[in-house]
Amino acid sequence: MSSEFLQFLISGITVGAIYALVGLGFSIIYNASHVINFAQGEFVMLGGMGTVFIASAGVPLPVAMAGAVLLAVLIGIGLQKLAIERARDASVVTIIIITIGASIFLRGLAGIIWDRDFHSLPAFSGEQPIHVAGAVIVPQGLWILGVTMAVAVALFVFFNRTMIGKAMLGTAHNPLAAKLVGINTSNILILSFALAAALGAIGGILIAPMAPTHYQVGVMLGLKGFSAAIVGGLGSGPGAMVGGLLVGVTEAMAAGYISSNYKDVVAFVLILLVLFFMPAGLFGKRSSERV
Amino acid sequence: MKRSTVASRYGGVFVLAAIIAILPLFLANSFYFDVAINSGIAAIVCVGLNLLIGYAGQISLGHAGFFALGAYSSAILTDNYGWPPVASLIMGLLAVATLAFLIARPILRLRGHYLAMATLGMGIIISIVLNQEVNLTGGPDGMPVSAFSALGWEANSDLTWYWIVGGSLITTVWLALNLIDSAVGRALRAVHGSEVAAQVAGIDTTRYKILIFVVSGIMAAYAGSLFAHYTGFLTPSEAGFFRSIEFVTMVVLGGMASVFGSVIGAVILTALPQFLTVFHDYEHVMFGLIMMLTMIFMPKGLLPSLRNWINKRPL
Repeated sequence: MSSEFLQFLISGITVGAIYALVGLGFSIIYNASHVINFAQGEFVMLGGMGTVFIASAGVPLPVAMAGAVLLAVLIGIGLQKLAIERARDASVVTIIIITIGASIFLRGLAGIIWDRDFHSLPAFSGEQPIHVAGAVIVPQGLWILGVTMAVAVALFVFFNRTMIGKAMLGTAHNPLAAKLVGINTSNILILSFALAAALGAIGGILIAPMAPTHYQVGVMLGLKGFSAAIVGGLGSGPGAMVGGLLVGVTEAMAAGYISSNYKDVVAFVLILLVLFFMPAGLFGKRSSERV
Repeated sequence: MKRSTVASRYGGVFVLAAIIAILPLFLANSFYFDVAINSGIAAIVCVGLNLLIGYAGQISLGHAGFFALGAYSSAILTDNYGWPPVASLIMGLLAVATLAFLIARPILRLRGHYLAMATLGMGIIISIVLNQEVNLTGGPDGMPVSAFSALGWEANSDLTWYWIVGGSLITTVWLALNLIDSAVGRALRAVHGSEVAAQVAGIDTTRYKILIFVVSGIMAAYAGSLFAHYTGFLTPSEAGFFRSIEFVTMVVLGGMASVFGSVIGAVILTALPQFLTVFHDYEHVMFGLIMMLTMIFMPKGLLPSLRNWINKRPL
């Protein structure tokens, strides 16, 4: 394995982990409500930009990060309560338009309240690169991988071992049956938006030291997170993780070996290919429309 | 019965034509003409897009891609290769029609969210290509476009452009109304109601969805071509995501499945940012709010809601 290849692989896995976090958010909301939240990318932006601006007020960085995640969670809950819930019985197209509206609304607001410049966070633990078999890893890359893995394990435990997690899965499978056994499904919906917002914000904070954050950063990261969710199979947690890594690595390879100008095209070509040939994704269940 | 549908179908076109004919008397200067012309161009895109969203129930978040392809085809063929503008226009429409046709079959097999994302991806790919192919398009700096001319005659005054766009809009509306009131339109409404039921009733749903996707793509490309020659300068932002969102917002505000609603939505959202600086400065926030509020409180849109309100009012 050439060191060049290894280098591309490492950078692919690093960004891929972020896409996976965003993709998980899509899947969680989709499971709970069958809504695709087009505003998911804005949570990523809120994480990064929120931390930058809360920290600029003199707050210590870790507190600022927690503050930004909290901010994203509150906005996620607000989105669910104020917009999605009111249009609960509307058509898919209607809900898509609402979440897109929410997305550009939040983006515009961030551009006004904060600013329209690029910002970076300091790396969590230094910039000294680590050499591995001719390739380099920056410490922030290890942070990204570590936190993403920790989040994945925590989610696994949450969904399989806790009552609330199981209630969320139950609601995803069959909302009516979940109600009948006494699950408060409307709280579950709120929880899933909160969780998705937190995941997006964490992704946004993790990547901010490596790629500068900006009020419009959510567009691309959101779309790539969506590719991750689709490639892995919408609604599948492990699918979103694998999908994220796959999108990240493919993108890094294309940028390295083909052309970095067309790097951003890769995710979409991948989405289109998967949608055309494998509409259920890698891990998704085949479904048929109910009439 | 027959008579009343014909009257209601063409009555609207006559009203629209009358408004377009009288309007120049009230357009005081070239700024107002500019707003009117840009509104008309946006309206042509929206009428086409509404056929897809409102009648076929399929959302496209990539229509700016078709708009920009039409615009750039005209610009590149006219200015880089010296083609006559009319030939470039037709070539652009053919190119977009072919592209729309090729991607329609796989894309339109998808429903709802998937389709939205696939069209979004298509739009973004088009925008990236326009940004990157600097030799052809001038890249992010944009490219100039020469004036529209045919047989030695050149469109160079505001009033000429006003009539070109106005005439095109009336034709587009007329075409759209005819399409809706044909077998194709009824099939599309069936698809919107329930695709499976439509299939069971023997409607080749995919064929109709492809047809309407291609038609709405052509309308967007035509508007793009007019826009290119009219403004005389193009940048890849015409293909951008926000441009697609603007078109969808116009359709949504005016009223899904309302041809005249689309015209009204396009006029309102083109004119407002020109007259209200608040709107211009906070463009994203405003468009986002309009999309959310319309869908939550007035899901049918402006014109159909107004019509309902008038019909329900005790006389």
